[in-house]
Amino acid sequence: MSRVLISDPSLRDGNHAVSHKLTCAQIRRSCAAAEAAGIPIVEVGHGNGLGASSLQVGESSCSDSEMLRAARSQLRHSLLGIHVIPGFATIDKDLRPALELGVDVVRVASHCSEADITERHIRFAREAGKTVYGVLMMSHMVDPPELVRQARKMEDYGAQGVVFMDSAGHFLPDDVRERVALLVEGLTLPVGFHAHNNLGMAIANSLAAVQSGAALLDATVRGFGAGAGNAQLEVLVPVLTRMGIDTGIDFYKLLDAADLAEEQLMPRVPWISSVSVVSGLSGVFSGFATPVRRIAAELGVDPRDVMFELGKRRVLAGQEDLILEIAGALAAERVSGQP
Amino acid sequence: MAGEFLRVAILGSGNIGTDLLVKVLRSEAMTCTAFIGRRSGSPGMLKAESLGVNVSSESIDYLRQHPDCCDLVFDATSARDHRAHWEILRHLGLPVIDLTPAQIGGMCVPAVNMQQCLSQPNVNMVTCGGQAAIPIAYAIGQTHQDVDYVEVVSSIASRSAGPATRLNLDEYIHTTEHGVKQFSGARRTKAILNLNPAEPCINMQTTVLARVAQPDLAALRDAVHEISRKIRAYVPGYEVILGPLLEGDRVVVMVRVRGLGDYLPAYAGNLDIINCAAIATAEEYARSRLGRLSA
Repeated sequence: MSRVLISDPSLRDGNHAVSHKLTCAQIRRSCAAAEAAGIPIVEVGHGNGLGASSLQVGESSCSDSEMLRAARSQLRHSLLGIHVIPGFATIDKDLRPALELGVDVVRVASHCSEADITERHIRFAREAGKTVYGVLMMSHMVDPPELVRQARKMEDYGAQGVVFMDSAGHFLPDDVRERVALLVEGLTLPVGFHAHNNLGMAIANSLAAVQSGAALLDATVRGFGAGAGNAQLEVLVPVLTRMGIDTGIDFYKLLDAADLAEEQLMPRVPWISSVSVVSGLSGVFSGFATPVRRIAAELGVDPRDVMFELGKRRVLAGQEDLILEIAGALAAERVSGQP
Repeated sequence: MAGEFLRVAILGSGNIGTDLLVKVLRSEAMTCTAFIGRRSGSPGMLKAESLGVNVSSESIDYLRQHPDCCDLVFDATSARDHRAHWEILRHLGLPVIDLTPAQIGGMCVPAVNMQQCLSQPNVNMVTCGGQAAIPIAYAIGQTHQDVDYVEVVSSIASRSAGPATRLNLDEYIHTTEHGVKQFSGARRTKAILNLNPAEPCINMQTTVLARVAQPDLAALRDAVHEISRKIRAYVPGYEVILGPLLEGDRVVVMVRVRGLGDYLPAYAGNLDIINCAAIATAEEYARSRLGRLSA
């Protein structure tokens, strides 16, 4: 039976779905459930990762160190992972203290065309003896050969695997197949894929990734993640099992963990809202759904128009300030009656 | 100190150094006597040669061997390199305007504190985001008693961020946060930088977000208006495009910086704002040292 490594960012990506308000108590309980289910890697933190709590992308209810301590206290066999974006998190302020709290897996992420900003953080985490992955976000925004070039940079810096993220939930299965195949061919490292479900493709895209040679998949309980959510872990695992692919996860306990998460973490289970469909189509980061809805309502403009306009401007994750600018411009146009 | 111009050397031949060169050549107060890089044939070195400037690829060694070639050094290398350079320049008795986020000298933002900087042997220009955000943060601090938190988010075009900028992201963040804190009096500060690869390239944009007790938007509006007028005297493309306004409990001010299009095109306002600030500081230095332009 072949094997796929599962990394579960429910307690990181899911933070986007609750405006980064997960509490330490929630994290502790969920980590205990993940540990019981034998989930290999449990990623914890602010939705935008370490050091990202801010007015720009949302303030966390508890600090990075409180979250990591809560998780660490429950995880024994499961590894504790973090998401780190240079530009938000610095080595001295954020990464070194996190490693001192006992993080096992460091995933250093950048926008898909900017891998060179990950060099220092990747090298630092490797030298500290951690397992380090490179992560390329918003990967639909570069063509596949460029994605491979960027991934190779991460390999050069010392990453032990490269994960590419469909942050906007924009890909169809053929898009994923093409990219995984090229990455597998172009790298000597394991390739991973992180799905979003804006167009209902998260499971299908994850399967396409595995069939094309991906060795690692991200998935979350109930799909708890930004926008329309991620690939739903308790669906993905049994589907992989039927395909003859082992994850080492205990199925019943995983279902228990998912039930617990639904009850304790989410005001509502992620669904594909109208705004999320538009976000997927226009290639805008899934995490924009919540602030776009909020600001559009405040200014009395159509959130779908805001999303399409953001797509035209090719905004990245982290540029949430532009929502206010674009929604403001749309509101002004409506008043003046002129575009 | 010979001649009627301040003689300056530029250390660092990347995007910042080369753009700075074009601005020095235009200044009526300065002349560039050495443009110093590490690799002859790099785009910056070729550009300098084409402008008829004396170039050297010997890095800091050139200044060691020719300490009398200039009255002032601009360091546009990297934070790490500047630390090493400063050890040497200090012993040579050469004053330096530091455009890296090394944070050795006192921080200078011309619209806020230029006069206090001129007597220092090492003047730090903070960061591009710092030059854009600090005047706004200062205005917030001047108009509010109790500033809890100021956050500054800058987005710049990927193409305007060369290798040293990318390697210096952590120093950029630490230095910007320190500068915003110093000039606003906020209890806590945070800096975030986004590199955006969109084509056509995006203009530099900086958003200042703050949490204050009893926001006084009318007073802040006046203060922002006044300080942005001062900035435009040396950075013509500096523009407040949103606010000050209250969004929820956040005070928001957004600025856009269009460059002069000297070395990189106008989108690279980040290059322009730190370089224009450095030039304004050097010109003031020239004025005080040489009496030039004082008439």
